[in-house]
Amino acid sequence: MSPVGTPAPPAVAVLRAEHVTKMFGGLVAVNDVSFDVPQHSIVSLIGPNGAGKTTLFNMLTGLYRPTEGRILLGERDITHSRPDIITRHGVARTFQNIRLFGAMTAVENVMVGHHARMRAGLFGSIFRPPWVRREELQTREHARELLAYVGLRELVFDRLASQLPYGDQRRVEIARALASQPRLLLLDEPTAGMNPQESQALTEFMRAMRDDLKLTILLIEHDMKVVMGVSERVTVLDYGKKIAEGEPAEVRADPGVIEAYLGKQA
Amino acid sequence: MSELRAQLREWRAAVDKRLPPWWSRALAGLLIVIGIVLPFLFSPASAFMNATIIAVAYAVMSLGLNIVVGFAGLLDLGYVAFYALGAYSLGWLGSGFFFKAQVHVLVSPVARTLPGVHLNFILILIAAALICAAAGVVIGLPTLRLRGDYIAIVTLAFGEIIVTVAINGQSIHVGGGMTLTAGNLGISAVDAPYFPGIGSFNLLNLRPWYWLIFAILLVVLFVNLRLRDSRLGRAWIALREDEVAAVSMGIPLVKTKLLAYAIGAAFGGMSGAFFGTYYTVVNAGQFQFGFSIFILAMVIIGGLGSIWGAVVGGLALGYINNYLIPDVLNSIPAKLGFNFQLTAVEFGIFGFLLVIMMVLRPQGLIPERRRRLELTAEITAEDAQLVETQGPAGGPT
Repeated sequence: MSPVGTPAPPAVAVLRAEHVTKMFGGLVAVNDVSFDVPQHSIVSLIGPNGAGKTTLFNMLTGLYRPTEGRILLGERDITHSRPDIITRHGVARTFQNIRLFGAMTAVENVMVGHHARMRAGLFGSIFRPPWVRREELQTREHARELLAYVGLRELVFDRLASQLPYGDQRRVEIARALASQPRLLLLDEPTAGMNPQESQALTEFMRAMRDDLKLTILLIEHDMKVVMGVSERVTVLDYGKKIAEGEPAEVRADPGVIEAYLGKQA
Repeated sequence: MSELRAQLREWRAAVDKRLPPWWSRALAGLLIVIGIVLPFLFSPASAFMNATIIAVAYAVMSLGLNIVVGFAGLLDLGYVAFYALGAYSLGWLGSGFFFKAQVHVLVSPVARTLPGVHLNFILILIAAALICAAAGVVIGLPTLRLRGDYIAIVTLAFGEIIVTVAINGQSIHVGGGMTLTAGNLGISAVDAPYFPGIGSFNLLNLRPWYWLIFAILLVVLFVNLRLRDSRLGRAWIALREDEVAAVSMGIPLVKTKLLAYAIGAAFGGMSGAFFGTYYTVVNAGQFQFGFSIFILAMVIIGGLGSIWGAVVGGLALGYINNYLIPDVLNSIPAKLGFNFQLTAVEFGIFGFLLVIMMVLRPQGLIPERRRRLELTAEITAEDAQLVETQGPAGGPT
């Protein structure tokens, strides 16, 4: 499982990035980054703006191909897999700037999230045999359950996503990601635009999700209170390079991290 | 004005509530019955009957293009290619054009004695759908990797390529002295459909033609409605709304777009095959770039993404083009003392109609349900309050 020469990680890694590099022309956005996400953990990815966090996310979900390096999901190499295949293998994500399907209702958005777990194809959809009807009903039912689980009021289940208030849109996005029954959930700045109470509630909700749904969560976050409160491990990126990794307390004390965030002290 | 609208909406909701659950099915059944008995109200060879048949065939094409442009959001400006391929499918499989062959399957006693390939119209219809779907996949594979406007440009080019091939097909030899198409001379003496019991398909009795295209419309309509409310339909709309989010939800990009393109192509081909036999000739000159735009205009006037809109748009432009302008209003300029006929300026009229539509009703005659929601439903003040008091994000903790 682990390559020769490196010590085996303490827990089984759900996700492992090995020497991942991404270049856009001459710009090195992510530079030789390796890290593990242990099973059933919450790992944070932090760093100043432009450090390459979202680029890394986009590689993990297949939207970008790494220039170099490998990405392993369990024992499966997903470095060159398409995004839909990676989703099928159990990775789901949310986006930094919410990307819901605006012209679809909240329930329909979550039903789209079920896509990879449904079987109805062209002819199934046209002729609608009993198993397709059943699948459709169950999906709708499950979508409503998920929306209730993330705390959406039933009143707005059939509202268009574009007409929901910001906080509700964030919830629908999480429900949509959960709908694909992921093993690994990637959250890109889930607390952006939230006040401290809302962030606190979300922090607790992340833990609840992990335990209820047996999830592993990888998180990009700017709010240090959230990062320190929720994560078991923290990876710090700066200018595309990994500059620190470890438990929250260790990382917070790391001189390199302090320098990256606050600038070098004279 | 807005009060009036609110009042209307209220009444509508009240009416909806009182209707029994089987109401929509009963309405559909009633419409089908009306559709079937309609031709008995008109003389069997009237201009109106002719216009109706063409309008219904347009509606079929409009439904096909609506899947591509309306559902999946792929702007296809080369739809005429599938009209051409469908018509040629009929020319190839239902005439004496391939005169060295001797194939006869379930055709009229007359056709059975003729050389060439003669298949029953239902078989040709299926073959046209398959040929066009296959062509859709071949054209779509390189095209649909592009985005937005680039798709429009490349589909436009493919449309022109197919039409050019049709025009020059006389010099493309397929062996035995036979050519691919008959170019501008046209493949003529194509078989009329043969369904014993419905009556003979000829130009003195248009009713059987009407029933045939009406049946095709019902099939295509059924498929459209089923697909709209399915896993596939949701995937199309998701791709239209946000491609990146859609693929991240596990929707295979190329495969899903190809399906939309191929199904749209198949419907265009079915309608094309019907036109082939109805016009009794398959002539390369019938397939003009303007026709792609004409079909697109039906989809847009009806309401982009709306199934009933596509039907109404197709019927409306069909009647205007084939009845209103040539038969009813054609002599108006002459009566006003001008020296031209209305048919001479029909494209100007369509352009004017499009502009008027865009100004007065940009969402189309029958807007898609989603767009209607977007335009009417607003978060009420009471709702907004609820959000404020309820506060924090995150779920039950």
